[in-house]
Amino acid sequence: MTVLLKSAAFRAEREGSWRELEGLVVRLEKGGTRALSPAELARLPALYRAALSSLSVARAISLDRNVVEYLESLSGRAYLAVYASRRRLREALGDFFVRRFPRAVRAHAWHVAIAAALLVLGAVTGFALTASDGERFYAFVDPMYAQGRGPASSTASLREVLYGGKKDVAGMLKTFAMFLFQHNARIGIMAFAVGFAGGVPAALLLFSNGLVLGAFAAVYASRGLSLEFFAWVLPHGVTELTAVALCGAAGMALGQALLFPGREERLAGLARRGREAGVVALGAVALFFVAALIEGIFRQLVHSVPVRYAVALGAAGVLFAYLATSGREPSSRGRGHG
Amino acid sequence: MADATERLREVVTPEGVPVRFTVALAGDRIGAFALDFLAIGVIVLAIVVPLALLAARGFLESDLILAVAVLAVFLVRTFYFAFFELAWQGQTPGKRRLRIRAVEARGGPLTAEAIIARNLTRELELFLPMAALFAPDALFPGAPVWSRLAATAWMLVFGFLPLFNRDRLRVGDLVAGTVVVRTPDAVLLEDLAVARAKEAIAFTDEQLDVYGVYELQVLEDVLRRRGQPGHDDAVRTVAAKVREKIRWSGESVADERFLDAFYAALRARLERRLLFGKRRADKHDRP
Repeated sequence: MTVLLKSAAFRAEREGSWRELEGLVVRLEKGGTRALSPAELARLPALYRAALSSLSVARAISLDRNVVEYLESLSGRAYLAVYASRRRLREALGDFFVRRFPRAVRAHAWHVAIAAALLVLGAVTGFALTASDGERFYAFVDPMYAQGRGPASSTASLREVLYGGKKDVAGMLKTFAMFLFQHNARIGIMAFAVGFAGGVPAALLLFSNGLVLGAFAAVYASRGLSLEFFAWVLPHGVTELTAVALCGAAGMALGQALLFPGREERLAGLARRGREAGVVALGAVALFFVAALIEGIFRQLVHSVPVRYAVALGAAGVLFAYLATSGREPSSRGRGHG
Repeated sequence: MADATERLREVVTPEGVPVRFTVALAGDRIGAFALDFLAIGVIVLAIVVPLALLAARGFLESDLILAVAVLAVFLVRTFYFAFFELAWQGQTPGKRRLRIRAVEARGGPLTAEAIIARNLTRELELFLPMAALFAPDALFPGAPVWSRLAATAWMLVFGFLPLFNRDRLRVGDLVAGTVVVRTPDAVLLEDLAVARAKEAIAFTDEQLDVYGVYELQVLEDVLRRRGQPGHDDAVRTVAAKVREKIRWSGESVADERFLDAFYAALRARLERRLLFGKRRADKHDRP
């Protein structure tokens, strides 16, 4: 060997540490952190940094393509192994519900307010339109969802639905609640996802959900059953409508990031806000589940109107206290997040 | 060997060194998704069939079972991807099989938020276009044909978004700031200049200056194919070409030994010039 290559000397000097890192990474990829001893785990970051510096040097001085490609790939694998988040699922879940979800909701306070306003606007519109002309009910409410209820139903049959609690019907309603949960949750997830289309479909979804609620309210109001109707809707409705508003808010936040990126680069802004909004949407899915439980179980058991109102009030109190205070940093207590 | 059609994506590590990943091909993504879809189907069946059997025998109330089944199917369908990506750092069984994984596009660890966000958009990308294609009546009842077609086309755009950008980003990747890459895998081979070029042949600088880095690495590829079919022919052709190009008039050497020596000499020359800040990309790159 007469030709002396700097790159060959460099490789001869560092190759051992590359091979060692490769061995560790392979075991880590296969068996997770448990596959390595504490001493090996402690060596990992140092070896990883050494590989990165080797890569930088190799890019500058070596024309052996195999070495550069190998280091490129080794650094990539080691990077993924070193910077993997290793948390247990249970911890992650606890952290999600105690801190991340309520914080994300508070960070979207304005979006939630607008979403709630759209929902209320829809409800008021639906109520006013249906009250002035009962036939409009059919324009707002899907016949499958109405299940035969409508301006043409008798007062007795309308009342029947509010207190439907016979033994075999209860079983069916349990099923119905699960159907409702997955239906609502899917609509909610969709409301978040369609935010990608500029947020307009999310706003439309909110408004049309409000229309349905308003139309029903108008039908019951026309028979003087308003008090009983809200006693029927509110215990689960408080949670469910909040969840609907949250999903809509998440969708609108996405739309906002796309349409009005502000000073951020558009895609970077979308990625940042998309994550926060995704947290809100996922939390809302959990709320839908709670709502379905209340709807499917509690409502079939309790028929007293005052108790239903009390539960609705209690649910609202707990929910808003949770969303407003859970996971606040002690230093920021009382300051409030925009 | 890097393919010209492969797309590289640079991720800057927290240490400030850019690491290059190869963006996963659309075919790999589809394959991984199909496998996962199959897995979801199997899991759902594994839950529903025993329950249905129990109900048929009358052990359990049938609507309770229906309720459990609906819930289970929903949970599996919605959280399958997020669960595995959380547990396996951006991989699902399908992705693992096809050796691809989701990574943070801007560097750093893949966060739980990103995983949640990138998987909550699947309803939009999959369910909506499918419904628009196969059950348009449920989606937009009573709408005129032209508006249905327009809406369907619009929804298909979401589903096929990965085909319209170079990084194969789907809606979820955009929303979460992730990119799906191939899990890198390369083998460290012997250093040709050390292992093979046993005897040096004296080349003049003029002879070595005929070629640049590109030609050097093509030569590397040719030499590394030793033992593969067609290797001898390739070596003969390349050696003849090189001899002609550099006007070789020295002693006659066996083709492969000639190329090994030429490779070592060329690399030494180019690397030395690299140290002085002169990188010669290819033979057209005249100093």
